[in-house]
Amino acid sequence: MNRLQQLFKNKKKNILSIYYTAGYPNLNDTLQIAEALEKSGADFLEIGFPYSDPVADGPTIQASSKQSLDQGMTLQVLFDQLKDLRKTVTIPILLMGYVNPVLQYGVENFCKACAETGIDGCIIPDLPMYEYEEMYHTCFEEHGVSNIFLVTPQTSEERIRKIDGLSNAFIYLLSSAATTGKNLDVSADARAYFSRIKAMELNNPLMIGFGISDKKTFDSANEYASGAIIGSAFVKVLAANGDIEENIKGFMKEFMG
Amino acid sequence: MSYFVNERGYYGDFGGAYIPEMLYPNVEELRQQYLNIIHDESFQHEFKALLKDYVGRPSPLYLAKRLSQKYGANIFLKREDLNHTGAHKINNTIGQILLAERLGKKRIIAETGAGQHGVATATVCALRGLECVVYMGEVDIKRQAPNVARMKMLGAKVVPATSGSKTLKDATNEAMRDWINNPIDTHYIIGSVVGPHPYPDMVSIFQSVISEETKKQLLEQTGKDQPDYVMACVGGGSNAAGMFYHFIDDENVKLIAVEAAGKGVNSGFSAATTLLGKEGVLHGSRSILMQTPDGQVVEPHSVSAGLDYPGIGPQHAHLFKTGRGKYVSITDDESLNAGLLLTQLEGIIPAIESAHALAYLEYMDLKADENVVVCLSGRGDKDMETYMKHFNL
Repeated sequence: MNRLQQLFKNKKKNILSIYYTAGYPNLNDTLQIAEALEKSGADFLEIGFPYSDPVADGPTIQASSKQSLDQGMTLQVLFDQLKDLRKTVTIPILLMGYVNPVLQYGVENFCKACAETGIDGCIIPDLPMYEYEEMYHTCFEEHGVSNIFLVTPQTSEERIRKIDGLSNAFIYLLSSAATTGKNLDVSADARAYFSRIKAMELNNPLMIGFGISDKKTFDSANEYASGAIIGSAFVKVLAANGDIEENIKGFMKEFMG
Repeated sequence: MSYFVNERGYYGDFGGAYIPEMLYPNVEELRQQYLNIIHDESFQHEFKALLKDYVGRPSPLYLAKRLSQKYGANIFLKREDLNHTGAHKINNTIGQILLAERLGKKRIIAETGAGQHGVATATVCALRGLECVVYMGEVDIKRQAPNVARMKMLGAKVVPATSGSKTLKDATNEAMRDWINNPIDTHYIIGSVVGPHPYPDMVSIFQSVISEETKKQLLEQTGKDQPDYVMACVGGGSNAAGMFYHFIDDENVKLIAVEAAGKGVNSGFSAATTLLGKEGVLHGSRSILMQTPDGQVVEPHSVSAGLDYPGIGPQHAHLFKTGRGKYVSITDDESLNAGLLLTQLEGIIPAIESAHALAYLEYMDLKADENVVVCLSGRGDKDMETYMKHFNL
């Protein structure tokens, strides 16, 4: 059982996950941000490795990705930055990014580096289920890396069941079919969709993401899932002036009440 | 060996549908329905009627006598430049708009580089009364003002892509983001044989009319339906895919695809994907693309906006890897000179894209009785500024 699976075993509600882009705002901030987030109470983290063409992302994460790449971020640089991760950070860590950098790094090498670094899982939005099953699943399992799949309001029940069968940590429920950074509109439609998925009683716990930006949207998400993921809203905090650690503390305080 | 797509959406090692879950329902709907719709009799009837009466097909296959004399072989030009809107792009947009209607879509989005595919899309949207949004790089909008004006006059909304390098690749990203945010009522008309399965196959089927007609016309004009060579330029590769389609399984017909070398293959300003690229994933399919060792997509360069793309369609990657097609490249200067040569020998001003294919004739070892078909994919009106600057006209 990896750290991620352990977390979901021990905590069933109000799990808070934070996404941020590696190498942003400065190339070498990656580890320090992880440490600050753990101190401020985040339950687990998603560290984004940047890609030149992030089609699922809105303007905030596009901009942070571009800046990170311009500053010299690569997957190898990221693994080097995180090599002593487990000396100071104990919460589960996922890597999130697009499939092409993983392909070029080599899937086997990638899984091995994740295991050695203490990465518990990854989210690769443009890696389709079929290709994952055929070419990646065995390698991920061997190295104890959990692959996280996304589900949208348009995903069919049959497909959700299949995703549930291939998952071993949690399922990432997208609040709506949208790119990242839109505000969550907790409409009747969204509530009906969350309730529908909740009623399926899947084997894997659910985390809601995309559009979670404050305590109010976080709380609404928690009515239907084990917790929620904040991405763009947090990346904006990193872009703000002032001391990064203080800014992180200030942002996280809202959720810790 | 098969050079066509299999049921999983692959051409050998290439293709597939590398898309985020948000796009899965749209792409899956297309995948399940495209062949049924295209093969339906009413679709075929309407498609063919529009190609004939609206686009002006069949496009002529013209034996270019003076060009033939110069190169010592029979050079035929497949005149896609004579199509309505001035290029082969309209074959695909006619097909896709009819398909979108049958899928019940109300809104059309597209990406465009030089604006040719954008104009072809805006044209069919005007024709059928559908809402049209075209994404175009901010840099390209400035470079291609006449095409932007044409699209606007046709009723399309032209949205600048301001991310990344602000060119075709980024316009494609923006169109995909639009589709993610509008999953129900919108159809995305991709302009080339790229993107997730079934796009490469679907677009090549719509463009295959080029080689279908060529076969018939060759038979009438030469008594044989197989030439020795067929040639076309390749950016994403849609005119080449259409020009090759009905010749791919005729193993004695040599397929020559001409990429843009830009300022030279090793200059750092090139779009010669098969020479400079590696296998990877871009815009939803596994293919060959220009990228850094870390897998970041590299900005291409070509004097011709239509070839200025860092990847090629998955079928081309397969034809290249298996050796079925020969992939070569031509520089900016060579293509402009070939454009001038055709103009002065035959009175035809070609698009700079198409001039790349013509330029490779210089490098071929042709025999007197050999028949060569070159796809003249578009006309050069849009390129006059570039020609004027280069030749001080």
